[in-house]
Formats: sequence, structure tokens, C-alpha cells
Amino acid sequence: MSLRIVVCVKYVPDATGDRSFAEDLTTDRDAVDGLLSELDEYAVEQALQIAEATEGAEVTVLTAGPEDAADALRKALSMGADKAVHVEDDDLHGTDVLGTSLVLAKAVEHIGYDLVVCGMASTDGGMGVLPALLAERLRVPQVTLLSEVSVADGKVTGRRDGDAATERLQASLPAVVSVTDQSGEARYPSFKGIMAAKKKPVENLDLEDLDIEAEQVGLAGAATAVLSATERPARTAGEIVHDEGEGGKLLAAFLAGRKFV
Amino acid sequence: MTEVLVLVDHENGTVRKPTLELLTLARRLGDPVAVHLGPGADIAAPVLAEHGATRVLAADAPEFADYHLVPKVDALQAAFDAVGPAAVLVPSSGEGKEIAARLALRTGSGLVTDAVDIAPGDDGPVTTQSAFAAAYSTTSRVTRGVPVVTVKPNSATPEAAPAAGTVEELAVTFGPLATGTAVVSRAPRESTGRPELAEAAIVVSGGRGVGSAESFSVIEDLADALGAAVGASRAAVDAGWYPHAHQVGQTGKTVSPQLYLAAGISGAIQHRAGMQTSKTIVAVNKDAEAPIFELVDYGVVGDLFAVVPALTEEIKARKG
Ligand SMILES: Cc1cc2nc3c(=O)[nH]c(=O)nc-3n(C[C@H](O)[C@H](O)[C@H](O)COP(=O)(O)OP(=O)(O)OC[C@H]3O[C@@H](n4cnc5c(N)ncnc54)[C@H](O)[C@@H]3O)c2cc1C
Repeated sequence: MSLRIVVCVKYVPDATGDRSFAEDLTTDRDAVDGLLSELDEYAVEQALQIAEATEGAEVTVLTAGPEDAADALRKALSMGADKAVHVEDDDLHGTDVLGTSLVLAKAVEHIGYDLVVCGMASTDGGMGVLPALLAERLRVPQVTLLSEVSVADGKVTGRRDGDAATERLQASLPAVVSVTDQSGEARYPSFKGIMAAKKKPVENLDLEDLDIEAEQVGLAGAATAVLSATERPARTAGEIVHDEGEGGKLLAAFLAGRKFV
Repeated sequence: MTEVLVLVDHENGTVRKPTLELLTLARRLGDPVAVHLGPGADIAAPVLAEHGATRVLAADAPEFADYHLVPKVDALQAAFDAVGPAAVLVPSSGEGKEIAARLALRTGSGLVTDAVDIAPGDDGPVTTQSAFAAAYSTTSRVTRGVPVVTVKPNSATPEAAPAAGTVEELAVTFGPLATGTAVVSRAPRESTGRPELAEAAIVVSGGRGVGSAESFSVIEDLADALGAAVGASRAAVDAGWYPHAHQVGQTGKTVSPQLYLAAGISGAIQHRAGMQTSKTIVAVNKDAEAPIFELVDYGVVGDLFAVVPALTEEIKARKG
């Protein structure tokens, strides 16, 4: 059996840096160093585990993003993915999630797939809806937000821990899945993996290759507009006391003062 | 009259509080029309009416329970086509966001997720969201189609605004995608008897500093004295000390209670993402340099095993 797995990954500004907005109210990508979204490492990990358990499986990592996004692909390749596809086009700047799902869906179809694996959300935009949109566009089942996933006999099965219930979900391939950070720690690239990644193929595509018009994406193609972005005022420093036996009482008095007790 | 669709979040007809908040927000934009999918519309209707629903469009079918999510998208789309709404409001759960996204794509509409406020504007509703771990607040507007907006819990105070709430049958034809993902089994989450984390007015959270599953009783005792929900950091969840459903942060729940109390939590950016818009924040941590202290209105540097039980006792004593 062969299994073609495509993992969608995003190159994001490091969450531990001072992230901010550029003048056009898109994410400022120059202000902070970028990296492979940590939540997508879980997707790469699960894809690799599924591939390792399946004969003739191939893992392709896919990203749509600026030139630097190649770093994210390189990281995924060094973890063990087989090849990479990078969709890069100046017209992509400012694309919203609906536009991004169009680009990725076209690219996934271009690559050929049995299973698409995504992270649960990006660590910058954080909407968490791209996998569902991909499934809608590709017209295949979505099996998303999984804390556990496995593939056998042409079916994908997983556990979804929702707000109201835990569900076991199952769908026939081809399908789109997304995995959470509960799905299992991602591996670190080994030295051998890092060296091997340098020789792995990276295919570059632009919008024309995917038959997408510039108007369908970018800021102009977006169906939402950000009107303003305001830095939240820093919280004013409160009172800090050192516990010398009275800490609990002092805290209770503070809470009582604010009518919580 | 302008109508606004509100997707009802419920368990067998028991409506969850965020839905009532959505009805209250929807009234700013038009007449709320509630969409109730699955059993219990007769139980839900009076509550929905009490909070402003002029109509309740109800559909029940085995597909809603047997197959995942897409049947609900088909039904919400049927309501969309029948009503021609000015906006669609959906609760911001994982499922709510995915339903909203697919509806937006199908109807050629713009999507806003995780709004914390929504107000009418000259060019359609203006939404407010948090960005970058709540370091920023942004406002947005949908520029194409009908705004589809998911709204976070605690974004408004539910107001009584009695309306007719007439129950009408919603006719739904399921498309070919509806049966793609089977729900093989479903185990409802057991109630803890404490307030729901995302909806609670007070949240008491424990982190790695709590040290073990057993010691979480210290956190629970304080929560019970305050009538609070219990939260946990990812470190505590990953260690297996507390269930993931209680995780606060980027990959857990976002909470915005009146009071957030963090014990044995350092205050990493991913944790802050889930709690920094809380009204009052207090922390107990033995490390005076812990970043959580940058956020607090009141902080105690000390051992949580001394401070928290003493606090619990004092609260009980004050309550008499
Ligand atoms: C992609 C991603 C997503 C993440 N999502 C989340 C998320 O949703 N939620 C989340 O919480 N984290 C999340 N994290 C993890 C986050 O980065 C931190 O690792 C985590 O929040 C740390 O938890 P902690 O504060 O409990 O533990 P630590 O950082 O280890 O802090 C423990 C604190 O307890 C104090 N302490 C120890 N003993 C005592 C005592 N006896 N009395 C008082 N104080 C004591 C210590 O001084 C220390 O400050 C995420 C990380 C990544 C990369």
C-alpha cells in the first residue's frame, strides 16, 4: 500500500518575541524572528509516525509563505519528511484564511494526496479553521483537533476531546486531519536528519502554477479588513507582598476589598 | 426586519450560557433568530425566547449525532438560505469555529473568529478581537458577503429581552459531505459540579508548582471556597495532574473572569494568552522574579502550600 501524506505548515513570528502589526495591519514579519509554528511540529510528528507504520508512505511538507518560510520546510525535512513544496508569490501578502485555504487546497491537489495533516491552529493568527476549510474545498472528510490519530485499512481514526464530550471519529481516506499539542511530543531533528534535509527536494510554486488569480488572494482578495490594532496598555503593577506567615490573610483582605469574598 | 442567526450551543436542550450572550449581542444588529440542531428544541425555546429570540428554527435528525460536524454546517446553511440574515453569530468553541468557517466559505462570506465584542457600524458590524497573546486589541469588518462571526464566552452579560421565540421546523437536506466522518463513540464530559471554566466569574489555577495530582486538592478547596472554576497550566496537564479540559492558555481555554488566581504558575506567554484579559489577577509564587507578577493586581511571594490553605481558611472564616 502506498500512502501520500501532505503536512501543511506555517512559518510564524516567534511567540516569545514582541510581535506586532505592520503599517498595513498585517503581521509584522520583520519585527521578530520566524520559525516553524510549534503547533505544526505536532502535525509533522504524527505524519512521520503514520508513515513509519505504513509501507510505501511518503511525507511532503507544504507551506505558503514568504521566502524565509523555507526555514520552516527545512526544519520539517530535518525531522524526517521526504520532500517539500513552497508556494511563494508577492501577491500572497495579506491573504486571509479563506484565500490561504484556496492556495493550500490547490497545492495539495497538485502534489497528490491520501491524507492531509495540519496542526490545530497557527501560533500567530490562531484561528484554527484552516483544516476544516481545506476539507470543504477538497470535498473530503475532516477529522480534526485530534489528540490521538491512527491510519489503517484506508481509514483514519482519532480521538477528539471537545468541550462537551470526547468522541472517537473515523473517516475513509482521502481525508484532512488536524492534531493538537496533546497528540505527543515532536521529535528533535537529529544531526543526521539535518544533514540529510539539505539534499531533499524543495519544489517552488507560484500562483500561476496553481491557476490562481491575484485578485483571489492578498489583501485585496480578503473578505475581512482589519480596521485598527491597538497595543493593550501594560497592566499597572500591583502590590507584591512576601509571605511571612500572613500571606494568606493579606490576600484574603485584598480579595475582600474587591468584594470577591 | 433585519434578522441575525445565532447557532445554539446546547446539550439535549439545556442551553449553554455563551448562547445567551450571543443573543444579547445579536440584538444590537437585528432580530435574533436561533438555530437549534438536535434534540430538545422544546426545552430550549423558552430560554431562547426569554433572551430575545424572535424565532427558533429547529431541526433534528440522526445525522447530527452519527456524523461529525458537517451535518450542522448543512443545517446552518439551510437556515442561512431560508432567512437571508444580516449576520451569523456562532459560539467560539473548536466545533463552532469550524462550522462557521465552512459556512463562510459556502456562502462567499468573510469570517471573523474569537470576537470579544461586536457593534453595528456604517459598513456593517465591527468586531473586536485580541491578537498576539492578547498583547493587542484589533477591530475588524467583513467586506464580502454576510459577516460570519464566532464570539468568545464572557463577551457580554446575557440580558432578558422577552420575544416570541416561535419554534419553526427547519427543513434540511444533507449533502454528500455530511456523512463523511462517523462518530464511532461519544463520552460526554462528566460534570465536576463546579462552574464551567470558560464561563466562570472566578478561576483558580494551579501549575507545576502544585507538584502532584493529589496536591491539586489545595487548589480545589480554594476554588470551592470562592465558588470558582479550577484551571491548570499546560505543565500541570502534561504531567497528568489535572485533565486537559481545564487547561488555560493558547492551546487550552481562554478565560476572562472577574478574578484569576494563579498558584505555582510562572506566567509563560502561552499561559498569559489564555488569561491576561482577566479583570483582576492575583498570584502566589515562591519566585519573586516569576513573570506572572508583571500582570498581577496583588501578588504573594511564598510557598503556595502555606499561603493557599491559609487563604482558604480565612475566606471560610469571613463567610462565617
Ligand atoms: C505551542 C505552545 C502552546 C502552549 N500552550 C500552553 C497553554 O495553553 N497553557 C499553558 O499554561 N502553557 C502552554 N504552553 C507551555 C508554556 O510555555 C509553559 O511551559 C507552561 O505554561 C508552564 O507551566 P507552569 O507555569 O505551571 O510551570 P513552570 O514554568 O515550571 O512554573 C512553575 C512555577 O511554580 C513556582 N513554584 C514551584 N513550587 C512552588 C511552590 N511550592 N509554591 C509557589 N510557587 C511554586 C515556580 O517558582 C514557577 O514559577 C505552551 C507552549 C507552547 C510551545
